[in-house]
Amino acid sequence: MSETASQPMIRVENVDMVFNIANQQLNTLKEYFIAAVRRQLFFREFVALEGIDVTIERGDVYGIVGTNGSGKSTLLKIIAGVLEPTRGTCTINGTIAPLIELGAGFDMELTARENIYLNGSLLGYSKKFVDDNFDAIVDFAEVRDFIDMPLKNYSSGMVARIAFAIATATVPDILVVDEALSVGDFLFQQKCEKRIDELVEGHGTTLLFVSHSIDQVERVCKKALWIERGHMRMNGSVEEVCEAYRHFEG
Amino acid sequence: MTATTELKKKDAQKTWFVLSSLVTRDFKLKYRRSVLGILWSVLNPLLMMIVLACVFSYMFRFQIEHYAVYLILGQTLFSMMTDSTSAAMTSIIEASPLIKKVRIEKMVFPVEKVLFACLNFLFSLVAVAAVMLFYQIAPTFNLLLLPVLLIFVILFCSGLGLLLAALAVFFRDIIHLWGVLTMAWMYATPIIYPMDLLPDFMQRLEVFNPMYHYVTYFRDITMYGTTPSLETNLICLGMAVITFAIGLAVFRKTEKKFILFV
Repeated sequence: MSETASQPMIRVENVDMVFNIANQQLNTLKEYFIAAVRRQLFFREFVALEGIDVTIERGDVYGIVGTNGSGKSTLLKIIAGVLEPTRGTCTINGTIAPLIELGAGFDMELTARENIYLNGSLLGYSKKFVDDNFDAIVDFAEVRDFIDMPLKNYSSGMVARIAFAIATATVPDILVVDEALSVGDFLFQQKCEKRIDELVEGHGTTLLFVSHSIDQVERVCKKALWIERGHMRMNGSVEEVCEAYRHFEG
Repeated sequence: MTATTELKKKDAQKTWFVLSSLVTRDFKLKYRRSVLGILWSVLNPLLMMIVLACVFSYMFRFQIEHYAVYLILGQTLFSMMTDSTSAAMTSIIEASPLIKKVRIEKMVFPVEKVLFACLNFLFSLVAVAAVMLFYQIAPTFNLLLLPVLLIFVILFCSGLGLLLAALAVFFRDIIHLWGVLTMAWMYATPIIYPMDLLPDFMQRLEVFNPMYHYVTYFRDITMYGTTPSLETNLICLGMAVITFAIGLAVFRKTEKKFILFV
């Protein structure tokens, strides 16, 4: 236990991510064979991330900022283990709860109750865990009265609340939040921030937080990372980074 | 040692929870808003058999005793194969929102479709039982081999499903092609006609057709009351294992790239 405690929570070493973008999507055999013959003409390399090297310690609260398309989500996907980096490694010491997009895996035809079990299973919970935490999830999402209604009849804010409640039902070692809080009203946003605070302060969860709202990043995080066009531009305390990022264009 | 076995047990329980949740979802969605609901799983093969029996027993006079039973046995087992493989084929593409965001064992999606088709097959056995009752064919103790056959077929379909699921991610053509291929496969397998109707060279080729072996096995244990030989069992098992191994290998080799193509 003490061994793992001294290791960094997330170690991203020299990660490059290169996408082969086809000038047109190749989805049929004919297109593929044509492309295979004239490969150079069709494939263009796009470097989404280059030489990213970050160490995140246990209990760090990291904000990630950067303009659109600069590689923030790509980095989060690599950390979440969904995407494999082209070069370099990413090591993680613990459980991870990715809130990259709330409600992935929800089935709109099913009721909230059924979705909580389905989504719980897909997020890697055991049946017993969902059973035990079912009431807490429903209470957090405030959907007790609609629990047996198909999800397609819910408002998008309600769906987001259920998704957030399921994803944060567990106490993960690492919590990844990507724009997840931009849906939902201000009350829900406050509630989410409170829950995130609870996890961070109470349980020592490591947080990775992506948002376009610099104020929100400053409020929530202690450290920050600025990625611009796939390169790491700055890494330091949240005040310094946010200050520099604010002056980036203006 | 005990810690790792404990962990493995936990993982297996979780995988089972995912599979059963997905099967439950499919099941609920399939019968939602239909009046007869689950009864369709029984009625469908029965009605299909009646149509085929009417058409083929008047058009061609096959010398098959209890043709309706012969037909429904072959047809239910074969449609389990087509249902499971075509659903498994698109399972990865359909699960793309999830695969792009959550780290998850991707194999569960095709395998779940096979298990769901298997569940439907089990329901259609009620229809088989009804037809057998009608013709007063009593099952023998050989029917106890049915779980063995199911294991063969599930393995075979999973292998094929994994292979198709992986290929479909990169070449969507497969999705369009598979319907035609399974139809050709059905006509190439003695489902609606007797084996001896086939020309000699085709009869010899049937040895290489896994579905021929499985359908024959199913008829042997159900309507003919004979025990398949050890050799037959080994052939069936071998074909299932080889198919599964190929499907698994291709799937494992390509699964890391799925996210870039779905």
